[in-house]
Amino acid sequence: MSDNVVDLRKVSFSYGTRAVLQGVDFTVPRGKVVAIMGGSGSGKTTLLSLIGGQLKPQAGSVEVDGRAVPNLKRHELYALRRRMGMLFQFGALFTDLNVFDNVAFPLREHTSLPEELIRDLVLMKLHAVGLRGAFDLQPSELSGGMARRVALARAIALDPMLMMYDEPFAGLDPISLGVIGQLIRRLNDALGASSIIVTHDVAESLAIVDYVYFIGEGKVVAEGTPDEIRASQDPYVHQFVHSEADGPVRFHYPAQPYRDALLAGANA
Amino acid sequence: MKTPSVNPIQRRGAWTVDSIWRLGFAARFFFSLLLYSGQSLRRFHGLTMREIYMSGVLSLVIIVVSGLFVGLVLGLQGYETLQRFGSSEALGVLVALSLVRELGPVVAGLLFASRAGTAVTAEIGLMKTTQQLQAMDMMAVNPIARVVAPRFWGGVIAMPLLAALFSAMGVFGGWLIGVVLIGVDGGAFWSQMQSSVDFRFDILNGVIKSVVFGFAVSLIAVFEGYDCTPTAEGISRAITRTVVSSALAILALDFVLTSFMFRGN
Repeated sequence: MSDNVVDLRKVSFSYGTRAVLQGVDFTVPRGKVVAIMGGSGSGKTTLLSLIGGQLKPQAGSVEVDGRAVPNLKRHELYALRRRMGMLFQFGALFTDLNVFDNVAFPLREHTSLPEELIRDLVLMKLHAVGLRGAFDLQPSELSGGMARRVALARAIALDPMLMMYDEPFAGLDPISLGVIGQLIRRLNDALGASSIIVTHDVAESLAIVDYVYFIGEGKVVAEGTPDEIRASQDPYVHQFVHSEADGPVRFHYPAQPYRDALLAGANA
Repeated sequence: MKTPSVNPIQRRGAWTVDSIWRLGFAARFFFSLLLYSGQSLRRFHGLTMREIYMSGVLSLVIIVVSGLFVGLVLGLQGYETLQRFGSSEALGVLVALSLVRELGPVVAGLLFASRAGTAVTAEIGLMKTTQQLQAMDMMAVNPIARVVAPRFWGGVIAMPLLAALFSAMGVFGGWLIGVVLIGVDGGAFWSQMQSSVDFRFDILNGVIKSVVFGFAVSLIAVFEGYDCTPTAEGISRAITRTVVSSALAILALDFVLTSFMFRGN
């Protein structure tokens, strides 16, 4: 068994003519929590989609647990996904099901366990995220942080070997943010899983992860442990860690020169 | 700011290419839908029955009330015309044939598209927008098998039942006006209807129409929801397309089916 649960080599991906990833190398060692950081549109979520098999790379290899994801047939991919959990940015809870049924959903779909056992498992998962008491609420009755925790309970329902988190801290208050951060770390260690977090939140992420990749303009521009990242003098990392408005990541979206744009309007 | 220069020919070309692409996608979608329909049958009580309830039972009020009013109007208009020729006893035949052959399937189909079709499009579109379909796919659960197919088959099953109920309520409405209020002979009303309405050529053909309309409306509704742009505006456009496409499909299919069913005597 390979030491890395996820192994990406020289991966390139484009949406039409727009190159999103160019020759990216990325690994997740077993049992570790790895963060992917970078500006909006830098290709972080695309990387998760490649690992989950929702997209196929134009070049390079994507391996999860030793299996080449782009070559898998649909049923093989689904068999692999049963061992993955994914937390979406806003939870993506099924709005026609209550909290209990949301968490029970993967268990009911993929196992033939008796309903009594499913009930116990769901309550255990909800207890792990601190929401056992909310089992009968509807998704519309949950706050953003609670919805994220229910989605987390659902994602770990089948005890996955790999957890993927897409912007788990987006739009959360400081308390919920801390709770989610601690849950990610604790659950990873308790399940013996490996985790990938795609995030903008530098402070929260550096406190819980083992390793960080910075992605910019489709490439890995920096990587290291949280301590190495904090001490980094790389301009890109510096801009990101210190929240500077301008730097290697430009404030202005690429455009024609300002003067030309204004004059073009005047001459029209 | 440079505006992209698009002349009418380019625009028409882009529209044509887009339409062909969309048609191809719709065909692939339809084949996937059929391919992954097994679960809808295996878990009929758990999945498809719920959708029959959502599309069928929840449409009952509009279907029953509309059917009654259409029957009442048919009764009034039919009596006025028939009594000029001294054949007001044929009111039952007129009401029944109008409803069973045409108005039942067509009007019920249009109402079904507006009530249930739009609800299905909105629900699937919203699930797409809020990443619920994507989450399901990542959980190794096929959204076409789990979400789309049950809604499609639920609609296909519910539509003929609703059309039958619409026609029954219409006949009741015609009887109410003709026999109870105006005083047409009840025996003649029912006996002429019984002798003139043919099971195979009238009722069965009406049922075939309603099944075809249910198939078309349900397919349009699930496709528009699944294919919508995942934004509030995208869902709104998809719902509009469901109503417009369904109405046109029902009317066009009705003409085609009537042409095939026409006996010419």
